[in-house]
Amino acid sequence: MNATVLSLTFRGMLGRKRSLLLFALPLVMLALALAIRFIIGDDPDAAVVLLHRFALGTLLPLVALIAGTGVIAPEIDDGEIVYLLAKPVSRASIVLSKLATAIVLTIAFTTVPTLLAGAILTGDVLDPIPGFAAGTIVGAVAYCSLFVLLGVVSRHAAVFGLLYALVWESLVGGYVPGARAVSVQDWAYSLTYALSTDLETKPEVRAAVALPLLAAVTVAAAAVAIQRLRSLSLAGES
Amino acid sequence: MSTIRIEKASRWYGNVVAVNDVTMTIGPGVTGLLGPNGAGKSTLIHMMGGFLPPSSGGVTLDGDRIWRNQDVYRRIGLVPERESAYDFLTGRQFTLANAKLHKLPDPKAAAERALATVEMTEAADRAIGTYSKGMRQRMKMASALVHDPEVLLLDEPFNGMDPRQRMQLIELINRMGAAGRTVLFSSHILEEVEQVAAHIEVMVAGRHAASGDFREIRRLMTDRPHRFVIRSADDRRLASALIAHDSVGAVEMGRHGGGPALHVQANDFGTFIAAAPQIARKNDIRLWEVLPADESLESVFAYLVTS
Repeated sequence: MNATVLSLTFRGMLGRKRSLLLFALPLVMLALALAIRFIIGDDPDAAVVLLHRFALGTLLPLVALIAGTGVIAPEIDDGEIVYLLAKPVSRASIVLSKLATAIVLTIAFTTVPTLLAGAILTGDVLDPIPGFAAGTIVGAVAYCSLFVLLGVVSRHAAVFGLLYALVWESLVGGYVPGARAVSVQDWAYSLTYALSTDLETKPEVRAAVALPLLAAVTVAAAAVAIQRLRSLSLAGES
Repeated sequence: MSTIRIEKASRWYGNVVAVNDVTMTIGPGVTGLLGPNGAGKSTLIHMMGGFLPPSSGGVTLDGDRIWRNQDVYRRIGLVPERESAYDFLTGRQFTLANAKLHKLPDPKAAAERALATVEMTEAADRAIGTYSKGMRQRMKMASALVHDPEVLLLDEPFNGMDPRQRMQLIELINRMGAAGRTVLFSSHILEEVEQVAAHIEVMVAGRHAASGDFREIRRLMTDRPHRFVIRSADDRRLASALIAHDSVGAVEMGRHGGGPALHVQANDFGTFIAAAPQIARKNDIRLWEVLPADESLESVFAYLVTS
């Protein structure tokens, strides 16, 4: 990793307008949590639904999408990446620094709000809330790696990322159980399930299988991203 | 002293050939890469900067392949054409970040030196987003100079600059060339290039059209038949008077812009320009319009390619 790339990326992420979304999305979840708390009161079941469907199912992929594509795609788009690439810095360290930034941001804007929302809803951070927090962490790592790759490969990274997260994981995954077995969200949830005592919804894939899958996806996506950045060509005549 | 060698390099995008079998050597001193828009200059510079692989042929720096070879950037400084350069950073932060990315032993000193070279020390604490075009260009230049590179590649550095900024940049480039660096910049304006570059490479339609010092290029461009379109009160009588003059090679009765007009081919630009009004006056023919028909840069270049 490269300290300069890390600091440039962090500043770039927090300096751009899209970072507002990073703050807005968790706030929506916290507002929901507050509303549920006031309307229904202390209800562990409501907490499980919100953390599963919203924190893990919506907030995590969206924040990871904004962070993962945001750390690299805009720079490629407007050509700023030239200043990083025209340096004797290994492409691996550029990609890994960007990925690390995205993961840290995603954890900050997903895992922390998950714990907060759980605390708001139940007045405590007891089982299964830590399990959900752990799920968002492993999910953040895999999602970010995928979305950084997408940001390197495609000019429409955000669109493809949204299609994957919303259409495949949420929509198709919601109706077709088989599809759920191929989804970062389900794999992340399997860790939550394993760490918690009495969750009703079972994941499609056991944690013993899901965690290696998450690791494999993370490593493979990062490796391809490094390869692709190595041969990134910029368009000639504009 | 470094040399970039482009050997039989071609680059195509699908069916479109952007650079067609170009061979050239860029050595120490200032070289101007001249050509109309779309001639393949940017593509060529991208290949020299390692941001585009040649579809065939090779591009090397002192024998080392440039594509996918990040170590060449220790020797190359790159000033891209694109404007954007981390607008949220101040000039000083930006230059320092570049120095750190080069892993220089004393990045702070290197950044300050580069800022001083482009005379941006005073404005260095302002955010890049607030800079004028000329300041931005100089800041991009500073970022390319932090590691004191032997080779400097500039893609259309004069674009959008006002005359004063242009003068400053010309002076800076000249200094770099005089110091023995290999400096290459692209431009589509001959006057710009000849103020700076001792050596000029001309690209037209993806091909390497001409090469030489600016006098040679200028001569190639001016010592050629010039074509004019003339509208007058009496085209036929004027045509016969013109063809009698030494400076005229051919006259054709034709049309231009919906009306009748003469198409004149002059052998010598200077003599013809002086003689034409006198001929008209002597024959008492009123001239309505004298139009150089091919003074656009593209036609000059086109002439260079076909000759």
